[in-house]
Amino acid sequence: MDRLEGMSKLTGEERYTDDLELEGFLWGMTVRSPSPRGTIREIRFDDSFDFSSCVVVTADDIPGPNEVRLIEVDQPVLASKTVRHVHEPVLLIAHESRDVVRRAVRAVEVVVDEQEPVLDYRKAPNPNQIQHSTDNILKRLEITKGDVDAVFRDADHVVEGIYETGAQEHLYLETQGMIAWVDADGVVTVKGSMQCPYYVLNSLKHTFACDESRVRVIQAPTGGGFGGKEDYPSMIALHAALLAVKAGRPVKMIYDRNEDMASTTKRHPAHVSYRTAHDSDGRLLAQDIDVRLDGGAYVTLSPVVLSRAIIHAGGPYACDHVRIRGVAMLSNSVPYGAFRGFGAPQTLFATERHMDRAADQLGIDPVQIRMVNLIRDGQTTSTGQLINDGTDRQKVLQQALDHADYQNKRKENRAFNLTHPFRRRGIGVAMFYHGAGFTGSGEVYLESKVRVAGLPDGRIEVLSANTEMGQGALTVFTQIASAAVGYEPDDIVIAEPDTFRVPNSGPTVASRTTMVVGKLIERACEDLVRAVGGDSDTRGQSLCNAIRAWHQANPGAQLIGEATYTKPPGIDWDEQTYKGDAYGTFAWAAYIADVEVDLRTCQTTVRDFVACQEVGRVINPTLATGQIQGGVVQAIGWALSEECIWDRGAMANAQMTNYIIPTSGDVPPIRVIFDENPYEYGAQGSKGIGELPMDGPAPAIANAIAAATGSDVCRIPITPERLMANMGLCDVE
Amino acid sequence: MSNDTSRLSIELTINGESRTVRIRPQDRLLDLLRESLGLVGTKEGCGEGECGACTVLMDGLPVNSCLVPAFQARGRTIETVESFDSEKLIHFLRSGMTQCGACTPGVVVTANWIRANPELADSFSLRELMAGNLCRCTGYDGIIDGLSDSMNEDRGGSCCKS
Ligand code: FES
Ligand code: FES
Repeated sequence: MDRLEGMSKLTGEERYTDDLELEGFLWGMTVRSPSPRGTIREIRFDDSFDFSSCVVVTADDIPGPNEVRLIEVDQPVLASKTVRHVHEPVLLIAHESRDVVRRAVRAVEVVVDEQEPVLDYRKAPNPNQIQHSTDNILKRLEITKGDVDAVFRDADHVVEGIYETGAQEHLYLETQGMIAWVDADGVVTVKGSMQCPYYVLNSLKHTFACDESRVRVIQAPTGGGFGGKEDYPSMIALHAALLAVKAGRPVKMIYDRNEDMASTTKRHPAHVSYRTAHDSDGRLLAQDIDVRLDGGAYVTLSPVVLSRAIIHAGGPYACDHVRIRGVAMLSNSVPYGAFRGFGAPQTLFATERHMDRAADQLGIDPVQIRMVNLIRDGQTTSTGQLINDGTDRQKVLQQALDHADYQNKRKENRAFNLTHPFRRRGIGVAMFYHGAGFTGSGEVYLESKVRVAGLPDGRIEVLSANTEMGQGALTVFTQIASAAVGYEPDDIVIAEPDTFRVPNSGPTVASRTTMVVGKLIERACEDLVRAVGGDSDTRGQSLCNAIRAWHQANPGAQLIGEATYTKPPGIDWDEQTYKGDAYGTFAWAAYIADVEVDLRTCQTTVRDFVACQEVGRVINPTLATGQIQGGVVQAIGWALSEECIWDRGAMANAQMTNYIIPTSGDVPPIRVIFDENPYEYGAQGSKGIGELPMDGPAPAIANAIAAATGSDVCRIPITPERLMANMGLCDVE
Repeated sequence: MSNDTSRLSIELTINGESRTVRIRPQDRLLDLLRESLGLVGTKEGCGEGECGACTVLMDGLPVNSCLVPAFQARGRTIETVESFDSEKLIHFLRSGMTQCGACTPGVVVTANWIRANPELADSFSLRELMAGNLCRCTGYDGIIDGLSDSMNEDRGGSCCKS
């Protein structure tokens, strides 16, 4: 099936938040902290500017708690006494004219008495820098399996390494934006760009101290998210709503690119120390891993990002003795948040770069060391999760090698490197996995609900809170529902995500939408069939007739089928010990990058990229392929060029001019191969795929660069400057 | 923005129609399209000439409308994403040219410009020709494939996919 809303996007008819018509509205903007840490002494309003026609909101205007409700409530909606990062919101202003409101923001000065900020999360904080608990640790987690210390005491081969990954900006092409108004019944309503309407609803309920009948959240078509529109839209929605309530008029807040890049979340920077013990065949005897994440100024989502980071840190390998310790540290920068992969890309970069270094140190082929250690059915992951899914992981790797013509390319590259004066080629492999859906008991706590409605004309409407942001949810939901009831896709309607109409089917994150919510749609459809007295033969036209007949018998009533999440049988997770089944299932993948480095400039070019993955059944090949290709290219950017430059905790290159994402000219075609092994508890046998492609490219590319140049690259992005320094060709870092 | 007094009138041709538009001296062509004419298909992705989301054709050539002062459009011919016939976009749909759609209007304008000037492809690769339009979703394969499929069809050839 073609993308449902594809044509309206191609013709420019799709209406995003900034495109929506709105009568008599004000433009809202945010006054932000100039300082990374301190107490607010004064907010100065420039006398020469006339604020009388502006609406101004401060923390005093907040009806309920001045807290953004997420995992914890430590982040204020508007800073009132202290600030913890540059660009932290302090004050809101609205005016009819966008030019006037821009000038008004510049006419306000936030005066801060500065305190010593934490600007390097890797260093232990001194007493003056403590801002959270007694040690600035936002979250600490540990996984243990077997007896790691005993193995290291006797090990013949020990390999050590330190791996670092940088912050990454989502750079969705549509910047964040929200409109808010108070409707005729006094309901505070927001509509805008977001992934998770119920997250926004919960934060509105908390801050406006009311229930869900007094606040309403509607998702507008959303121009990309990648995790960046998971938690921050709550902040903008709160701001727009506070202004709209005070002004008594609709308010529109649209971040420009600079504001969006400077003040919204990014991928957590990570520092991973990796130590492994091996036998002389390369077999992993023990893994001892320390993961340190930069959490930024508030807790936000760091605990769950850390959780996914440590669970993936062992890689897709069998090892009996594992210790993985993780901490998320406070620093005085913008809070880091959700970003495609959610911690896993950071630790898998370490794992997969480390496997190549281990192979190198032990004199084993990098493919061989992976083949030897890849988890087989009947073996367990670091948390003790038994893998028994029938996927042949060795075959996934072999398929990738075959498509990439790996062995020949390796030989060709070596020959090329011997003859070329300044170009060096190398090919690199990464093998990895990604847990699909929420971690541990997350899905159980969510209790996600989906409803389907039989409409009087016989069509079926799907009501869920899951959102389309480019990944194809509308299309795939339509496919799943139409296949479940034997309808043509045209006779399926997907409801607009509006918290007044749709149940809470959970957030659109964690590669869960197709697999988990899709499954709920299938079950809700079965429930609908039961509601009209049908059985498994009641499909297509007969179901349509039954729905119409039901409405004739029950005029004006609503015909609803419903399903609530239940966990697949045999899944068991212990939150306290971090043992058990961390995920219902994993997707498995092998990626191969062939690169060329120009030694004159140290510029790396990716010449070929093969992405082979087992993701359960693929429901829509075009959309799935596009997800993989887009994720790979986003990860190529993270690996090679996307670098956030920090100045006192603020992003100094918060613009597209010098934050460099790949263009079509910078990347090769991404060759995508699917190996399909249907997963019983995913819709139509599917598993999550959205985040997987973010995990593999960086280590595959780093391994390829190491093969090409002999330089032991352990830190991304591998910009020309960094590679040059790494190769000892210059000493600037 | 009712309280602005210093408006000036310019005439130009937009999507085949001649129009008179009142603009402010500081307006960009992008503002003229979106605010004065309500042609909100054209998007602002960066406002500084980097992303190409705001691409339109001015006298047949692609420009970043966020960098063109509106008054420079006086007497010119402008074509936006709204000017294309959806039947001509079917290969773009099939190939996965669009995901979130935020880059798409600019991508479609540039891609159709290349289709209208196929000789460009003799001197440059499609990847080079499309490099001014950033996309964060597709990884570009869907864009390049859709463009090349439709160019094949424009040439009267059969197209390779579906
Ligand atoms: S908005 Fe014009 S180039 Fe980005
Ligand atoms: S489709 Fe989302 S940026 Fe291109």
